[in-house]
Amino acid sequence: MSAIGDAVRFLNDPLNWTRTNGLLDRLVEHVTISAVATVAAAAIALPLAIWFGHTGRGGGFTIALSNVSRAVPTLALLIVFAVTPIGFGNRATTIALALFAIPPILTNAYVGFREVDRDIVESAGAMGMSPLQVIARVELPLAVPAIMVGLRTAAVQVVATATLAALVGGGGLGAPIVLAFAQQNGGLALAAGFLVAVLALLTEVVLVLAARFVTPGPATRRFPRRLQMRTETV
Amino acid sequence: MALLASGATLLATDAPNPWFSPSYIQNNADTILAALRQHVILTVSAVVIGALIALPLALLARRSKTISAAILGGSTIIYTIPSLAMFAFLFPFTGLTIETVIIGLVLYSLVILVRNFLAGLQAVPADVREAALGMGYGPARMLVFVEIPMALPTFFAGLRIATVSTVALATVGVIVGFGGLGNILVAGFNNNFFRAPIATAAALCVILALAFDLLLALSARLLTPWSRGRS
Repeated sequence: MSAIGDAVRFLNDPLNWTRTNGLLDRLVEHVTISAVATVAAAAIALPLAIWFGHTGRGGGFTIALSNVSRAVPTLALLIVFAVTPIGFGNRATTIALALFAIPPILTNAYVGFREVDRDIVESAGAMGMSPLQVIARVELPLAVPAIMVGLRTAAVQVVATATLAALVGGGGLGAPIVLAFAQQNGGLALAAGFLVAVLALLTEVVLVLAARFVTPGPATRRFPRRLQMRTETV
Repeated sequence: MALLASGATLLATDAPNPWFSPSYIQNNADTILAALRQHVILTVSAVVIGALIALPLALLARRSKTISAAILGGSTIIYTIPSLAMFAFLFPFTGLTIETVIIGLVLYSLVILVRNFLAGLQAVPADVREAALGMGYGPARMLVFVEIPMALPTFFAGLRIATVSTVALATVGVIVGFGGLGNILVAGFNNNFFRAPIATAAALCVILALAFDLLLALSARLLTPWSRGRS
């Protein structure tokens, strides 16, 4: 297939990587936007989840948010944001992506906190731990696997959604894909699609390894089975 | 020239640009309905084809741990690939056709369905299976009259998730030119940030997803009357 040859040739040309707005620039842009958005979402969602999870409040809200967010197309929200004062461009994309990333982080962390055995929480209290100590030393460590599933889901989703931003004038690795479709250039489409797929898979792998690294206890401990499946893609 | 350009910009931003405009909907009813129809066709064909492939795959995966590990691993990889990249992969081979979008959407729905189908089949209690075996049920009759009915609630849970996410994903098909309501979304954006089509199409996407979800939930209730008493 000539498109595959074209794609390999395109990726092998150093100039395609190093020129202004070349693949390297786009890659850096993509990773920066995604990282900032994910960290910002975590900074908002994790404290909320800890509060909700510890007190047992907000469960209905959290579940409803995650259900509704699945029905709303990310592309639609991205375009709706683009015509509001948020606008478009990299800053606006980052804000939109951060908003998309909140539901998965919030839901998984909340469920992780709620799944902590109540007996353990009660005995921690009986041992004289303050509520803050219970959160930091008992609930949080036990909820780490679930929190990491949420972060991974959010990060992969953000990396994927960041490509869609190119449809509304954004940068990142989606831009060469949009260009490829506009020029009907199969080789470029394959090459850029390959890079985006590799970036998404790498994000997944890195965060699986990070989860293994930060999870306390024996390394063989598995993730909670029913949290493993991500049910969102973009 | 510069003056003229800035004057034109001023006019464009001053023009009323409401989010919801009944006159837009009236004047463009044909376009909106055509996009909605395309969206329904994309969603239904992706989920139906996905289910038809997922069932045999789940049956196959049930037979051996190696096959199920391969299918589940492969499905995780597919699921991680962003939709825009997926369409970019397919484009050189299938071109700017509706098939490109449908194949991409089938792959995503397939991944959700095969996992749910497998989970449903595996959750059939062993004693029920043994009782059926003792009553003389062969493998085919066991599957159709015992296992599939018992797994139906899980099957439907999978169908609901797959359908709702396919409705959302189908919008991305706009890159190939077949995105259903996504076509209207992007056209509105390119058309001087015309808000009425954007808001209308976005709202229709959500309504369509909820309508499909409700329809499937009701079908599940009708098809599994025995599970109605339980939560």
